[in-house]
Formats: sequence, structure tokens, C-alpha cells
Amino acid sequence: MIVAEARESVVQHRTGPRRARPTRGYRVFQVVNAVILTGVVVATLYPFVNIVARSFSEEHYLIMGEVNLVPRGFSTAAYKYVTADPMFWTNYRNTVVYTVVSTFIAIVLTTTYAYVLSKKHLRGRGVLIGVAMLTLFFNGGLIPNYVLVSNLGLTNSIWAIALPNAISVFNLLVMKAFFESLPVELEEAAAVDGLSTYGILWRIVLPLSKAVVATMVLFYAVSFWNSWFSAFLYMDQQDLWPVTMYLRNLIAGATGTDMTAGTIAEGDQLQVAATIQSVTIVLTVLPILLVYPFIQRYFVSGVMIGAVKG
Amino acid sequence: MTSKTVGPPTEMPNVARVIPDPGRAQRPGRRRHWRQVLRRDWQLYSLALLPLIFFAIFRYLPMLGNVIAFRRYRPGGDNIFDNIFGTEWVGLRYVRLFLSDPTFWDVFSNTLILGTLTLLFLFPLPIVLALLLNEVSNRYLKRFVQSVSYLPHFLSIVIVAGMIMQFTSVDGVVNQMLRSVGGEAISFLQRPEWFRTIYVSSEVWQTVGWGTILYLAALTAIDNDLYEAARIDGANRWRQTWHVTLPGIRPTMMTLLILNIGTFMAVGFEKILLIYNPLTYPTADVVSTYLFRVGVQSGLFSYAAAIGLFEAVIGLILVVAANTISRRTVGASLW
Repeated sequence: MIVAEARESVVQHRTGPRRARPTRGYRVFQVVNAVILTGVVVATLYPFVNIVARSFSEEHYLIMGEVNLVPRGFSTAAYKYVTADPMFWTNYRNTVVYTVVSTFIAIVLTTTYAYVLSKKHLRGRGVLIGVAMLTLFFNGGLIPNYVLVSNLGLTNSIWAIALPNAISVFNLLVMKAFFESLPVELEEAAAVDGLSTYGILWRIVLPLSKAVVATMVLFYAVSFWNSWFSAFLYMDQQDLWPVTMYLRNLIAGATGTDMTAGTIAEGDQLQVAATIQSVTIVLTVLPILLVYPFIQRYFVSGVMIGAVKG
Repeated sequence: MTSKTVGPPTEMPNVARVIPDPGRAQRPGRRRHWRQVLRRDWQLYSLALLPLIFFAIFRYLPMLGNVIAFRRYRPGGDNIFDNIFGTEWVGLRYVRLFLSDPTFWDVFSNTLILGTLTLLFLFPLPIVLALLLNEVSNRYLKRFVQSVSYLPHFLSIVIVAGMIMQFTSVDGVVNQMLRSVGGEAISFLQRPEWFRTIYVSSEVWQTVGWGTILYLAALTAIDNDLYEAARIDGANRWRQTWHVTLPGIRPTMMTLLILNIGTFMAVGFEKILLIYNPLTYPTADVVSTYLFRVGVQSGLFSYAAAIGLFEAVIGLILVVAANTISRRTVGASLW
């Protein structure tokens, strides 16, 4: 009897009391809900499938507007064209280098500052936190930043991308919250054993923080991988561009966005660009899609920590 | 100071000894305390050094750099100070200039319209989607829908812009559908009247799924006993949602509303920059894209900085106002 009751309460707990006794109206709702959510999934994935279909189609079918979800006149010509362009690979390599270096700098600065901010006994801690928080509410704005970075002589270098974005205050707060949750006793014991602050951070705290550091690496890496605007602002040499700028140039050239460059393409040239655009989109998005299933949950947990504590 | 005027000079040493004494005793004490603090925590402070240099150079220097909104700027000088902060004060000259610039008011109203539309769609839709997801009883189905809907959040804005172009191009999917129902193809991105629709729907596509995360977390935190109690009181599911679920996620809603209002003026600058063109300027050009063209492309730094400062101040006022109203009315606030 007691066992049965306990089992029932467990079941109740898992499914929740709301699941008890579904009414007819609720069953109808569930069907409608399933249809709506299926619609959300389809609408989210549709553009991806469409782009892939376009990238494998023959230009002729693209021009006719006959490519939807299945490639027409299967062709890998555009892939061969894009992958044969040395500039594409130069820019792709730049993206990798920029992402690795920028993420490294960002992680070092964010970790050290977050660690300092997590020390509640520290004098001046409030000021140090305030220094970071204030930048959330007021930032310099595009023009003063542009003027500054140009005058520091960072243009056409990786530093124009890495340095101005080295600390994201959101990530900083996530890390600070994590460090604060670590047991104080560990560090105290290490201090008694004669470890310096550097030693404690390096040999005690960081090994315990692998998960949160990995999450932060992902946050920064994705944002640097995706960034284009810093390069757009500060780099005028094509061989320094990240691959996002390579793509942006294809887009700008094809739609006449970039009127200053005077590249309003002829009808057929525009279509060539369309297949190549699709291929470049597929090749740029591929790494993100490949790692996405594995990294997604880290992002979600990172956002949670930040939301609870920030 | 007062003793000098009130008392005779002979009294002065006496007074001086009595009055500033506590101050004198306190100051060395504080200094000694700081010395102790430094001796104990110098390694911690040293760790803060590089980050502080970062904040000083790349966050606070640009804030100060906004003074070029009130100073004449001559690029290319030898003096780096002049190159960052301008050469001479001109007061509100540039503010007056942009306030009397008709283009500024055009882009300002475009910004307000796009900001309002964005808020109207991007604030409530994640709540709706989160509520729908919350009703899914199959865990695997729920997780699948979540994973798929988060995906666009991870894409570069350039890729999204590229997808928008492919999707809406004359040979794209949207026009295929139009033609299949007998319509004529429309080159959507060249038409000002379509820009807002394209912009807002692409924002919906990219952000709504990811926006559900915090709501879903808040939803799981609602006490099941509340539902039980509501059910015993005879509330059907709709009333349970209305009287238990929505109040349960209200703090999250208010926080995100305040944050959304804070970014109201800074409408998706990068995306607009990628997908607008001179043909769609009448609806697509916003304050940030205008000041980008005026500042970076035409080199009128002071004029553009004045506009940027104006935009930032409005953004700040909006956040503070939203926060205050929210705190007074529902008791939820960011700070």
C-alpha cells in the first residue's frame, strides 16, 4: 500500500499533476500544438535545405527559379569553382587564426578578472565590478571606437579584431558566478600549504573549472568565428579578411549593396554569383553545423548561470 | 582656516593641534591598512591589471572620445591626443546641425518604427513558443524542437544575410510560391515597402527559438503544488496557464522586456548594413547605419559622433525609465 502510494507520487512528480486526466479539449490542443511546433521546425530548417539544394544545382535551373528543396541537374561545379579560389582558403585560414588567437586572449583576460572579482574579501572589489558593469549601460559608440582603433595603428592587423572585443561582460559575470560557487576551504588549504595566488588559480581553481572554461571558449570562439564587422571596418586588404568578409563581398557584389564599388552585375553574372553564394554559405556554415549538436547544451547551461547570477 | 580669522595668531598652533588631529591620525592608519591589503592581495590586484588596461583603453577611452561630438576634428594630425579627442571646442554646433538635418529625422523615425516592430514581435513570440513547448509531454520531441529552434542563433549575421538574399531573390523560394499562385515575381530587397517585413521576419527566424531558454528555465521552476491547488479549485488548463504559469514567469518577462527596450535604438545595425541598399533607404536606413555612412565612409567624425551620442543617451534613458516603471509597478528590476 505504502509502496504503491510512493510509486504513484513518483509518477505524479515526474509527469506533473497537470498531466492527470486530459480532457477532450486538451487532446485537441495537443494535436494543434504538435502541428504548430512541427511548423516551427520546418520553418527553421527550410532555408538550410534550400541553400544546400541551390548549391548543388545547375545555374540554368536557378535562373528559371526551379530549385526548392531538391537540387536540380545535380552539379558540383560551383563547389569546384569556390574551392579552387586561393583567396577563399586564405580567408578561411584567417578565420581560424583570428578565432584561435582572439579566443585565447579573451579567455585569459576574462578568467583572471572574473577570478579577482570573485574574491569577496578584496578591497576595492565593488569598484572593480563597477568598472565592468558600467560598460553594459553605456559604450563609446561606433565613431569614437573607430577613431581610437585607427589611431592606435591597429588597422589591417589581427589586433583590431582581438583586442577591442577581449572581454564580454556577460561572459565575465558567468565566470565570476562560477568561481564564487567554489568552496573557499580548498583555496584556504592551498594557501596554508604555501601556494601563491597564481599557484592557487593555476593548480587548484582552473582544474576545477574545466567545464565553465570550455563553455566560455565556445562562447568566444563562436562569436569570433561569426564576426565580420571589425574586419569590415579595419581591414582593407583582401588577403587579411576572414571568410565572413569573403561572403559579404559576394553578397554586396550581387545585390548592388556596395554601390561605391560600382559592381552592379549583369543579369547572368548575377546568377553565377547566386550559385557561388550558396556554396560559400554552405562551406562557411558547415563547421558550425558539425559541432552544433555537441556544443549546444554548453551554451544553454552558460546562459542559465549568467541569467541566475547576472 | 577659520581659526586664523577668529582667534589671535598665538592661539593658532594650539587649535591646529586639536582640530586636524583626528584627520592626521586617520590618514596614516588608512594608508597602513592599504599597505597591509596590498601586501596580502598584491597578486590578486596584479591579475586585474591587464583587464583594467583593456577596460581603460577600449571601453572608457572611447566613452571620453565622445567629446569629439563637441569639438572640431581634423584627421591626420601628428598629435595623437588631437586625433582622438579633436582640436578645439565648438559647443553644440554638431548637435544643432543634425537636429536641422531632414535625413536625420527620416532615419530617426525609421529607427523608431523598426524598433517598435521588433519589440512587438520579438518580445512576445518566445513566450508563446516556450508555453507551447512546455505543454509537450514527450521529452525527446521537446528536446528536438528546442535544438532545431536554437540553431539559427549560432549563425553569422553574414550567413543570415546571404540566406535572406537567396530566399527573397527573383529566382528564390518566395517568388516561386508567388508565381505558382499566378503572381508576378518581386525583387523584394529592392522594394522599400518590403524591407520591414523581411527584416522583422528574419529576426523572428533567428532569435525566437533561443529566446525561449530563460522562459523554459523559469517554467520548470514553478511549484507543481500551485497547479495542484488551482486544479482543486476547479481551474481548467487555460485558467491554470493564466493564473499560475504566467505570473510564475513574470519576473523573467520583465527582465527581458527591460533588456529589449534597452536595445530598442540599436536595431540590428549589422544586418541592415548587409541587406539594405540605396533603393530601400526610405524604410531601411536607421540612425546607426546613417551615422556609419556619415562617419566612417564620409569621414565626418564629429557630426556622426554627435548623432551616436544622442542615440546612446536615448537608449540609456529608455533602460532607466523601463527599469523604474517595472520596479514601481511589478517589483521586478535589473538593479
